[in-house]
Amino acid sequence: MSPVWRLLLGSVKDLVPILLIISVFQVFVLRQPIGDLAALLEGAVFVVIGLTLFVYGLELALFPIGEALAHALARKGSLTWLVLFAFALGFGTTIAEPALIAVAAEAADVAANAGAIAASDESRGDYARGLRITVALSVGVALILGVFRIITGWSLPLMIIGGYVLVMLLTIFSPREIVGIAYDSGGVTTSTVTVPLVTALGVGLASSLEGRNPMTDGFGLIAFASLTPIIFVLGYGMVAAWI
Amino acid sequence: MDLIAGAIRTVASTTLDVLPVAIFLFFFHYVVLERKLANRNRIAFGFCLVVVGLGFFLVGLERGLFPLGRLMAEQLTSVSIEQALGVQVYWSDYYWVYLFGFAVGFGCTFAEPALVAVAMKAQAVSGGAVHPWGLRIAVALGVAIGVALGCLRIVTGTPLHWYIIAAYLVVVLQTAFAPRQIVPLAYDSGGVTTSTVTVPLVTALGLGLSEHVPGRNPLLDGFGLIAFACLFPIMSVLAYAQLSGFIEQRRLRRARHQITGSDIRSEED
Repeated sequence: MSPVWRLLLGSVKDLVPILLIISVFQVFVLRQPIGDLAALLEGAVFVVIGLTLFVYGLELALFPIGEALAHALARKGSLTWLVLFAFALGFGTTIAEPALIAVAAEAADVAANAGAIAASDESRGDYARGLRITVALSVGVALILGVFRIITGWSLPLMIIGGYVLVMLLTIFSPREIVGIAYDSGGVTTSTVTVPLVTALGVGLASSLEGRNPMTDGFGLIAFASLTPIIFVLGYGMVAAWI
Repeated sequence: MDLIAGAIRTVASTTLDVLPVAIFLFFFHYVVLERKLANRNRIAFGFCLVVVGLGFFLVGLERGLFPLGRLMAEQLTSVSIEQALGVQVYWSDYYWVYLFGFAVGFGCTFAEPALVAVAMKAQAVSGGAVHPWGLRIAVALGVAIGVALGCLRIVTGTPLHWYIIAAYLVVVLQTAFAPRQIVPLAYDSGGVTTSTVTVPLVTALGLGLSEHVPGRNPLLDGFGLIAFACLFPIMSVLAYAQLSGFIEQRRLRRARHQITGSDIRSEED
């Protein structure tokens, strides 16, 4: 089977359980008209086509280069370049993450409707962009931390628990409107683009270092990448409220 | 068709989204590693597909998944309010909402390809103690409970951070007792499972709920479902690892017991 068909099948498989569950609820529980069914189906088809092309493009271009670079830099042994690479990888992949683009736009709409920001397209765009850049910076920092952890062998649970404590402290001082978005942004970032490349970096690094087990030490980067966005977005909310 | 025009406009903006990754990859390839790219045409073609695909996906979300999530939230809340016995609507009247959240969480996660890959790796790491199917069910149950509980939180309007603090405490306690090699995997499983399709739909569900449940504000109550969906799989995977480790130990102990027992009997003979 050619890769395009395999990926198309994958995208359809992603969508089918959702559509199935919704259909069951529509038929047995809700029994209400579904509104503009044609537009919804059109949207679903666009999602499937878009996701297929997107992932196929990633597999053709981004993943091979990214994985080769991650392995090559891990072997090269220059800590400066490795740290810069980790940061750029986290930042770049997060900016291109489709789910984050969609959720940031949605968050901007909600903030505009509630009157927290001006209801113009410009301020909405600024808000969404600010959110995405904050999250992207935080994922960059997360990967630097993760790389240091793999090299030094620091304890993952201790670092995660420290992060949790920081999240709690910041929550007390941050404006209430930002808390929900901040907590959600951790899960939104780690998706289609970020996970494969970040995993490649972790496993590549762990397998090129002596005394590290790629199976256990290579994991944990994603955990950082879902924790630091919470901290950074809470901080962003505090700074935005303060200005 | 305005759909096509929208797609073109979106593609223009998605080019800007993909540009940073492209620039930084080429920079590291040419400047730091001083290498030439092999099969440049294929890579250029791949980047074009990424840009176009992202554009189509975002337009499709706007047209399909976001309205669908909101519509479901609206209809589920209206059914709940109609079926309520008294004039006052209680949180328990929204049971269809919780059931829907549970079903969507479980269904989306169980079929998720990224999770299947993680489950295979987990089996290798644990030396077979963690079964791929068991892990997939554990993660899917975690997401399902997370989304259902998140819906309950939106309906009741209770502060998000109390739930998160409680969940963190449970995770920290579990970490202290769980088998060590499963911990990084469990922490990662929370982030991995929320896919590109699930995230927008679940976000739309939460925002829709907060718009239609009386007394709720989308800005304060609407977000948080994704956070729940990421946190609860950590708990369920740690719990599953502890449980399977416990069962494995008991089986070993019983096997050893049987051997020594038969030894004694044979000596008596």
